[in-house]
Amino acid sequence: MKDSKESFAYTPGLKVTPCTYIRRIRSLPLKGEILVKKGENVNFDTTVATCCIEGAPYIVKIAELLDVDPEETVRYILKKEGENVSKGELLARNTSLFGLINKKVTAEVNGVIERINEITGHLTIREPPKNVEVKAYIKGKVDDVIPNEAAVIGTYAAFIQGIIGFSGERFGKLKMAVSNPEQVLDADMITENDAGKIIVGGSLVTYEALEKARKIKVNGIVVGGARMEDLESILKTRIGVAITGREDIDFTLILTEGFGKLPMSENTFRILKENEGRIAAINGTTQVRAGVLRPEIIIPLEVSERARREKELEEGKMKVGSIVRIIRFPYFGAVGKVIELPIELNKIETESLVRVVRIELLDGRKVLVPRANVEIVAD
Amino acid sequence: MEPKFILATDVGSTTTKARFFGKIRDEWKFLSSGEAPTTVEKPVEDVTMGIRNAVREVEELTGHKIIDYECEELRFLMPHKGENTGIDVYVSTSSAGGGLQMLVQGVVKSITAESAQRAALGAGAIVMDVLSVDDGRDTYEKISALRFLRPDIVLLAGGIDGGTKSHVLEMTEILAMAKPRPRFEIEFLLPVVYAGNKDAREDVKKTLCENFDVRITDNLRPMLEVEKVEPARDAILGLFMEHVMAHAPGYEKLKKLVSTNIMPTPAAEGMMVRKFSELKCVNSIGVGLGGATTNVYSYFDGRFLRTVSANLGMSYSVGNVLKEANIKNVKKWTPFQISEEEVMGIVYNKMIRPTTIPMTFEDLVIEHALARESIRMAFNHHKYLARELKGVKKERTISDIFEEVKTEDTYLDVYRINYIIGTGGLLSRAPRRSQSMMMLTDAFQPVGFTSLAQDSVFMMPHLGVLSTIHPEIALHIFEKECLIYLGTLIAGAGISKPGAKVADITIEYENGKKDNFELLFSKIVKVEIPYEKTVNVKVYPSSEFNFGAGFGRNVEKTVRGGVVGLVFDGRGRPIHIPEDEKERFNTILDWYSSMNLYPKEKIEEWRSQL
Repeated sequence: MKDSKESFAYTPGLKVTPCTYIRRIRSLPLKGEILVKKGENVNFDTTVATCCIEGAPYIVKIAELLDVDPEETVRYILKKEGENVSKGELLARNTSLFGLINKKVTAEVNGVIERINEITGHLTIREPPKNVEVKAYIKGKVDDVIPNEAAVIGTYAAFIQGIIGFSGERFGKLKMAVSNPEQVLDADMITENDAGKIIVGGSLVTYEALEKARKIKVNGIVVGGARMEDLESILKTRIGVAITGREDIDFTLILTEGFGKLPMSENTFRILKENEGRIAAINGTTQVRAGVLRPEIIIPLEVSERARREKELEEGKMKVGSIVRIIRFPYFGAVGKVIELPIELNKIETESLVRVVRIELLDGRKVLVPRANVEIVAD
Repeated sequence: MEPKFILATDVGSTTTKARFFGKIRDEWKFLSSGEAPTTVEKPVEDVTMGIRNAVREVEELTGHKIIDYECEELRFLMPHKGENTGIDVYVSTSSAGGGLQMLVQGVVKSITAESAQRAALGAGAIVMDVLSVDDGRDTYEKISALRFLRPDIVLLAGGIDGGTKSHVLEMTEILAMAKPRPRFEIEFLLPVVYAGNKDAREDVKKTLCENFDVRITDNLRPMLEVEKVEPARDAILGLFMEHVMAHAPGYEKLKKLVSTNIMPTPAAEGMMVRKFSELKCVNSIGVGLGGATTNVYSYFDGRFLRTVSANLGMSYSVGNVLKEANIKNVKKWTPFQISEEEVMGIVYNKMIRPTTIPMTFEDLVIEHALARESIRMAFNHHKYLARELKGVKKERTISDIFEEVKTEDTYLDVYRINYIIGTGGLLSRAPRRSQSMMMLTDAFQPVGFTSLAQDSVFMMPHLGVLSTIHPEIALHIFEKECLIYLGTLIAGAGISKPGAKVADITIEYENGKKDNFELLFSKIVKVEIPYEKTVNVKVYPSSEFNFGAGFGRNVEKTVRGGVVGLVFDGRGRPIHIPEDEKERFNTILDWYSSMNLYPKEKIEEWRSQL
């Protein structure tokens, strides 16, 4: 039999690195104009692209409102297709019985008459187009431009992926509100001075802290875990599938470990601490499906900082000696060293036959866990 | 010429699964499987790469050469040469990128919108939204919902032939104004299948032609009392190949490789349930319990129905299962103390780390409880659409679809379901087959005599698409290699007091031996009988119980065993679960014990904690 210690395993895990080169494609939703050139320096809030999105249609049921047959509606409409209308302007009138019946329809929105439908008796006003601006999101250099579609921004940065986030892109100065990864982020750790900042907590953020963060207008919170019921109270909605990013809250929240009280991984905490005071871009958008999208914290680094060893982002290959972290109960968060990677399937406690890894935990215990339940911390 | 080697793949949303079949000594066999991550998104936007990796695993495991390595683009060595080289048929299904996602529009919610929904689901689609004139939303709300959806195809229906046109044209106008954009590309026109009042066809075309690719098919409700979904369903399947597949990265290459059209995964999976039921002349229910969706199929008295419950699944969508089912309904299946916070911790952490596996029995029991609830709700969704056609319906809201459907509303008679077939990762991976049997029983709660089976290694979609060109081979493999017969469930409807007699049972074995016992209320009796053996079962129910022939009426049937055996279920219908917590724990542990569901020591440990 082949030496089982030679077995390798692919473990996706979350990317956490002190320095790497990050590229972000800043795409327009429709074709439009790219406002930056290749090689140009951009800041977090630089507008890099813009386009016009067609306004919303507003259907007015003229026939119903004037109480006439749909085919006759056109006789009562005072406007033509293509004409501009303003809110309050008269659109149609039905006067009959020597003025005894006098029904009017006025526009409820500004826009252009796009269509008068003689079959349904409806008139459609198209509201004015809206201008959409796409920001750089990260501070860096324009690496590439895709004409009319996108700009690619690149930078050297410390890069951390969380496990799930809420709300979209924001940026702000990083502030450590706790001294260790186990500490709970409570309301009294957030002060008026934290407005616009990104606050880093430890194992849990309390409901009161989330409320205070909103009141004070912090831009983001990065923390190990949060209780589901607190999150649902803050988000005012129930979470069913892990597709997030559009939540209407005033700050971006990123959980690095998961739901409940879960100490932030040492590695993540250390990188955040090393970069305290720097400006970070964060995005809570998460999609746990094919083409997985995880929330991210990007901390662009100055030139002098890049001297540190650059760590390439690559998919982890677990091997004997790798330092891993268990990501499922009952050992959630436990860190240990891989001591064996058996090739054959093994029976775990639940009697499931799975590919496993034997780990020596920091406290000396040796445990056998499914390979699917670990992530690599270091090689 | 009859093929000798067949390769089939399912390009799933996360994993591409290859299955390899061969005719060995005149009998078709499942030879091997290979799996690899699906490559439909960056950085490798080419599905054939994932297929190549999955097939390469098959090659490594079997030593059979399938890929033509002389070509840079993926090619298979076809036809086969000798015993270890080449294949004769290659087929594939796909649910990559979230499957076929559709928007459905009708006029009356309970008439044309419901028929249109059946047509879309019949084509294996995930229905993103159903809009109708009477859906309770204002026009602006409908427009705003449409503007943010990114469907693959829109199905528009409404009005009977020769009836009023204005309502369907109102819905057409809403669609025209909202201009929803297609999912894959900015440039191409969103396909719309029009299957409504034929008199409105020209007006619909005129209204939509500028921004949509309009396809006209027969009206799916030409008369109130007639539903004809096949033309619309076929048009959707055609567009799936022509548009959706064509715009997914790498599919142009894949289309050149396949021996027949690529099918959406749920369409192929359901096809197998249908073919099996037709061949055996039985009423069947099938369930595909996936990570993101739960699909239910029924073939009943010649009628076939397929539903896809989006957002009910065991990994990505497991949070939604908890949300829709309510935590109390999940906890009612557990025989130990666990706080709501702990349950939420398990569920939501599984949602964000979907590939992780339970490491404790408590964790496993929670997953199995969620599976019961996911299937139960998906079955309710299915029953909601498995109804007789009616012209006038009472008002229902979208959220009602997961509610219990009254027995009289559905044509699926639980007394006459002959087979229940389960497929999907959680069922296939359940450490003990009795766990699958129990999950399916608790979720569907069939009554009378029902055979239960499960897909051994997830190959139903593969065989479904294969059945379109080689039905005999597909059915042979399905029965011999794919299905694992769990056993026969014998259950009575009714309610009584714990310990009261449900029925006297007699089992007559082939060798003439007889077993008699009393089935008591709230108890389960499992008798180990293998699939190869048949036994004669006589049931003499008490007056409170009905085993299919009426309350208190005797039933006699010859049945087969299975890997689990015969299960006599005295828990009543609906299954009686005590309100008192301690009593509930004890009752559930008795069931676990009777079914040998978990190790004895673990059951005793839970019992000692009471």
